[in-house]
Amino acid sequence: MTALSRRHLGRWTLNAAAMLSFLYLSIPLIFVTWLSFYRQEIPSYPPEGYSLRWYSAAIANERFIDAFATSAKVGILATIIGLAVALPAALALNRYRFFGHAALGNLLLMPLIVPGIVLGFALYVFQVETEIATGLPIMGSFWGLVFGHVLLVIPWTVRLILASLAGFDRTLEEAAMNLGAGRMTTFRRVTMPSILPGIVAGALFGFVSSFGNLEMSLFLVAPGETTLPIAILQYLQWRIDPTIAAISVLQILIIAVALLVTDRFVKLSRVV
Amino acid sequence: MAGLQLHGLTKRYGDFHATQNVELEVKEGEFLVLLGPSGCGKTTTLRMIAGFVDPTEGSIRIGGKDVTTLPPWKRNTGLVFQNYALFPHMTVAQNVAFGLEMRGIAKREIAPRVQDALELVQLGHLADRYPRQMSGGQQQRVALARALVFRPDVLLLDEPLSNLDAKLRHEVRIEIRALQQRLGITAVMVTHDQEEALTMADRLVVMSDGQVRQVGSQRDLYERPASRFVAGFVGRSSFLEGEIRDGRFTTPGGLTLPCDKPIRGPAVIALRPERMTVAAQPHPGSVPGEVEFVSYMGGLIDLHLRLSPTDLVVAQVSNREGSLIPELGDTVHVSWPDATAFPASDPHARGH
Repeated sequence: MTALSRRHLGRWTLNAAAMLSFLYLSIPLIFVTWLSFYRQEIPSYPPEGYSLRWYSAAIANERFIDAFATSAKVGILATIIGLAVALPAALALNRYRFFGHAALGNLLLMPLIVPGIVLGFALYVFQVETEIATGLPIMGSFWGLVFGHVLLVIPWTVRLILASLAGFDRTLEEAAMNLGAGRMTTFRRVTMPSILPGIVAGALFGFVSSFGNLEMSLFLVAPGETTLPIAILQYLQWRIDPTIAAISVLQILIIAVALLVTDRFVKLSRVV
Repeated sequence: MAGLQLHGLTKRYGDFHATQNVELEVKEGEFLVLLGPSGCGKTTTLRMIAGFVDPTEGSIRIGGKDVTTLPPWKRNTGLVFQNYALFPHMTVAQNVAFGLEMRGIAKREIAPRVQDALELVQLGHLADRYPRQMSGGQQQRVALARALVFRPDVLLLDEPLSNLDAKLRHEVRIEIRALQQRLGITAVMVTHDQEEALTMADRLVVMSDGQVRQVGSQRDLYERPASRFVAGFVGRSSFLEGEIRDGRFTTPGGLTLPCDKPIRGPAVIALRPERMTVAAQPHPGSVPGEVEFVSYMGGLIDLHLRLSPTDLVVAQVSNREGSLIPELGDTVHVSWPDATAFPASDPHARGH
């Protein structure tokens, strides 16, 4: 076999493997999307016909809409707070060597490793104890939920901001200062624009992981004020009609649009 | 535009002296070059002038004003970085405008000044490009325009040519020098390349181990090197090591020469290759040597001559019509005018 044809074979195998993985990842999405257009209530094969009725059912379902709003609010607030913590933390980790440097780095990534159910339970116990000790209404409060979700956002934002800081040439900051820019101006005009893709990508992934979180939220939500994943789970306990598929497709669409729009402004491929 | 004075400038990191008691004065409009091997403290000195390194002791004055404790952004120096450090998310024009914006110059005044600065480096037509769309030489010129546009008191250049290829380096160094002279701006450049230093400077500063070893013109350094270190670092030198005693210089290999230097004991004699006279016949003051290596470079020819088992010198002869071009293994006779001798004990001891 010549070197050239061996290389062709290598490339072909690689492409085939990539295609296979891609299929494996998209099969659930394909089936959910297909199911959401079924006409019949009980999912069975072959479909009796197609319709958009489950979409209108999903949109008309007030519990879904309320839960969607709650999830969006929690996700956005958690992302903002998470960024406010992660940006200074990532800058400190990137620029200074201090006692406990590695420990802090690991601590900030921890929520990614600890199972959501453990995290949720731990937060639950913590909130109970704090409420007993202080008398403040923390249990099942909206802000209690938001601060729980901040933990989901931090690892993503820290990780991705650190990645973009690693590729940032600090002589650019010196150049700006030499040209007359103080520290804040230097950060705003030179550092920020360079690490923006990392910040945006971190915020996006953080938001998505908050938005889709089920296990941790189960411990933290108040009755009546649930997030979308919990609302879906509750609905599934009684019925299995394709409304769930429809609401899932809507969710996927929103996230996909967010990704595409963001990618137009900052090339996510540069950081992820 | 202003002069620059460094007084007793010292930077210590723990026990390590990055610079030690650096004393320098740069006159208004002068081009001073700091020359030395890596780690000699020249870059630290430049960074202290720019304000990125706080001196442990000493003071820096620009235009008579003490700036020692001022942050970089209040010093009005224009620094050209080794890697150019152009802002990648800004166009060439935005890069050049940055320094003017920071000084609160009115918008309508910025555009023409940016254009002028770019014309100065012949890049007026590329104002809307991004740095990544330009060659290294062009980026270098943008960096220069960016550092000059706000009329800094002092232009600082940190190894500005080391990322360019050899041909470009020759062009750009003449350009920088011509520009500096035309604008009459005070400039300090750091380099480890002596050829670069010699072609660009009004005056040179040779540094090693954080200390200034000699300050002077090209001629001063070349003709009257203060120490053995300078003799070896600026220009080429062959060194003969031996001992001076009773008016004679003797090497372990048995070479003996008359010597009237006021040095006693172990000594080193520095010889410039192009000052050597090579002839086929013995002549006054000549010593015989065997040709060990011939490096034919066209206009010039290097001869490695073995004077004794321990003594090897390089003589450079020019390739003129009728000049002697010996072959490998030939014996020739070589002599030299008064050479500088240095005490062997300390590479920084004064020579005679």
